[in-house]
Amino acid sequence: MDTVGLNAYLFVAAVLFVCGVVCMAVKRNGIGVLMGVELVLNGANLNLVAFARYTDLGLDGQVMALFVIVLAAAEAAIALAIALNYYNNHLTIDVDRGDDLHG
Amino acid sequence: MDSTGETLKNLLMAAWLLPLLGFLVEIYALCWTHRLSKAPAYLAVGCIATGFLCSLSALLYWGSETDWAALKPAHHDATHAVAHHEEEHPADALAATQTGGHVKDARETTSENHSSIGVYGGRFYRLAQFGPLEIALDWYIDSLTLVMFTMVTFIATCIHVFAIGYMHDELTEDYQDHEVHLPGGRHFHRPGRFYQFFAYLSLFCFSMLGLVLAGNIFQVFIFWELVGICSYLLIGFYIERQSASTAANKAFIMNRVGDFGFLIGLMILWTSLGTFQFYDASTADGHEQTGLFSMVRGDDGQIALTEDKAAVLLRDSHGHTLMDGETPRTIGYWLLVAAGLGIFAGCIGKSAQFPLQTWLPDAMEGPTPVSALVHSATMVAAGVYLAGRFYPMFLPEVLLVIAYIGCITLFIAATIAIVATDIKRVLAYSTISQLGYMMLGIGVGGWAAGLFHLITHAFFKSLMFLCSGSVIAGCHHEQDMTKMGGLRRKMPVTAYTMLVGVIAIAGLAIPGSQYLFGQPIAFSGYHSKDAIVATALAYSQLNATHILLFVTPLITAGITSFYMFRLWFMTFTGPARDQHVYDHAHENPPVMVAPLVVLSLLAAGCAIGGEAGWLFSLISFSEPVPAHALITSAQAVNLTLPSHHAVHEVHGTAGMLALMAAFLGMGLAYVLYCRPVVNPADIKRQAGGVYDFLVDKWRFDSLYDYLFVKPVHVVARWCQGFDANVLDRLLNGTATVTVSVAHWDRWFDETFVDGLVNLVGRVTNACGESLRVVQTGRLRQYVMWIAVGVVVLFAALFTALPK
Repeated sequence: MDTVGLNAYLFVAAVLFVCGVVCMAVKRNGIGVLMGVELVLNGANLNLVAFARYTDLGLDGQVMALFVIVLAAAEAAIALAIALNYYNNHLTIDVDRGDDLHG
Repeated sequence: MDSTGETLKNLLMAAWLLPLLGFLVEIYALCWTHRLSKAPAYLAVGCIATGFLCSLSALLYWGSETDWAALKPAHHDATHAVAHHEEEHPADALAATQTGGHVKDARETTSENHSSIGVYGGRFYRLAQFGPLEIALDWYIDSLTLVMFTMVTFIATCIHVFAIGYMHDELTEDYQDHEVHLPGGRHFHRPGRFYQFFAYLSLFCFSMLGLVLAGNIFQVFIFWELVGICSYLLIGFYIERQSASTAANKAFIMNRVGDFGFLIGLMILWTSLGTFQFYDASTADGHEQTGLFSMVRGDDGQIALTEDKAAVLLRDSHGHTLMDGETPRTIGYWLLVAAGLGIFAGCIGKSAQFPLQTWLPDAMEGPTPVSALVHSATMVAAGVYLAGRFYPMFLPEVLLVIAYIGCITLFIAATIAIVATDIKRVLAYSTISQLGYMMLGIGVGGWAAGLFHLITHAFFKSLMFLCSGSVIAGCHHEQDMTKMGGLRRKMPVTAYTMLVGVIAIAGLAIPGSQYLFGQPIAFSGYHSKDAIVATALAYSQLNATHILLFVTPLITAGITSFYMFRLWFMTFTGPARDQHVYDHAHENPPVMVAPLVVLSLLAAGCAIGGEAGWLFSLISFSEPVPAHALITSAQAVNLTLPSHHAVHEVHGTAGMLALMAAFLGMGLAYVLYCRPVVNPADIKRQAGGVYDFLVDKWRFDSLYDYLFVKPVHVVARWCQGFDANVLDRLLNGTATVTVSVAHWDRWFDETFVDGLVNLVGRVTNACGESLRVVQTGRLRQYVMWIAVGVVVLFAALFTALPK
């Protein structure tokens, strides 16, 4: 078990996070943006679980991660509903077209 | 005694308050009926007629309770006997009047005190109390009150009935007033005021009856003013006419002048005597409140003077001097004279005596029934009534003033009446003249004669006014006698009832009838005027310097006869002077003619029997001071009032002279106006100056114009100048300053206060404007900003925070 250290987890998590952020920043498809959000959240979860495993925080990290997963599920449900409505109004889910309220 | 008083009080109170009830209901007539309804008139007639029945039954009840003592001839015999007795010892009586010490002797010579029989007084309600001084509503009933009540309610009933016919043209939604000219030659239109007229009439009757019933002088004053305001309302009934509103104002203001004197009199009496009430009252705790009359006249009708004759001793009803601790209570002699003159000043104003007589002819502007009421039963009668009621308080000096005022008035008014051509104005001046007779009668000691004339005059003058109203209505509101003539053929009932009134006021009698029948056969005016002239003759025999007080009324009796017959001849006989008026003249409906017939019967017969008749006996029964007693003043003037006996002795002479004067006047009128042997126009031309002087009413109006109206105008102009030049400028300056301050204030507000607020707004706005470009609405850009922001944040944290 000692062969894989904490840094490896943190590295994977950082990659996931950056991938998520980039996905959010470049995708024009609304569903793609949601996927990016999921990647960011999972990157963060991985960090939480890793720190919980390699430090003496006990089960706090895991519990926190579980909450995040639940929240992500709820968020996905609402976000998909928003996406459907968005589609109803704009006949597309291109987020760049949703600039009706721009200044 | 008490229950009699209560019954009388209740009867008269009903008669008094019914018209008030009528007024309260009638004034709201539009709420319970419509404008064209005659119901208010019927209600008014009902109220006053019921009042008459109450008054009449009160009079009859009073008579039966006193066993008609007033009408028993024994009373007169006793009076004469006493008079004889006193004249045998004039010196004793004279002394008794001058010093308080011999009062008892004087009382013994007076066999009995008649005035205390049949006199009732009491209190309705106490209005206010200031220490020992009280203001209350009292009642005072003697035969004079009862006779006045019966007379007023009866005449008022006749006038109310007449007015139903006379005011008929007010029963319309659209009354056209031909006297009011609007620009463009149009006439003034207004809704009819039938119900209002009857409401005012009812209030008028209520006020007059309240005045007669009043048991204290302050209450008299209250109703005195009420009568004044009612006459104001009725004289100004056609208020849209300039002349009517001016006349109403004139009547009211002239009366105020007199009332000023009245108030002074009231104040003197209140401060000196401490009471207003007429009657003697004793409360349950034995405290006695002596009335005004007993205070001054004691129980024997004499005035008790102090030793130095500078003051009058106040006594109670038993003749004992009222004491204030050790000293007897007195009132200064001249103070009492001033009080009497003050009260009489009120009577001058109300009864239109010289020098305040000018309002009464102008009061003709009211509808004719009002003139009839004002001239007979109410208003002017109030002045004479008060002079009579207050007679015990008048000292010889005051009586002399009253006599001379009456004498001047009766002459002036009679001379003006000769040249007046307005039928109502002739009657108005004759009223003033007859009121002068009444005042003269009271002034020369003929108390009963003056009030006798008041009653008889009320009957024939109301009759004549209603006749003139009938003529005016029949001629379609033509009042000028020079356009009448021959109307006897068109309106016979009016003409002959009027003739009854004319004969009554002229004082004609069948010559020699008194030798055949023991009594002269004559209408009422002869008896009453005769009584006054006889008293005046007896008076002038006793006081030779005042011979004028007899000569003037005698001459005026002739003048009276002349102008009254002139009126009758001009109106009812001869050829028609104006064919148009004559052709359209017509007799009036029964509702207007019937009161004339009823009144003419009373005008002819109410004084039947003359001074032995029932009316004179009733009145003289309440004679407050036994006038058979000699009253001599030891002060400024030396006067002796005639006794009944002295009057009786000269009665034949005076009656003969007055009758001759009356026949002379009638004959003169006949040759001038009926069988024009002499053309009146020639006399008018030859005596032009005198004629103009009389047409101008002795120039009293011009004189008052110069004396009072013009100076008031000048002062008013000064005040106006002060207003315009000082007060207005001051106000205008203040206004200018205020406006400029306001301008500056506005500038400050707009520049600084508004500027600050706007600045805040503008800054906020600018911030918003500059930040709006950030809000692009592009989601991906936001994510990039967030990412960049996080990176920058971390970079900043790691560089800024220490390791």
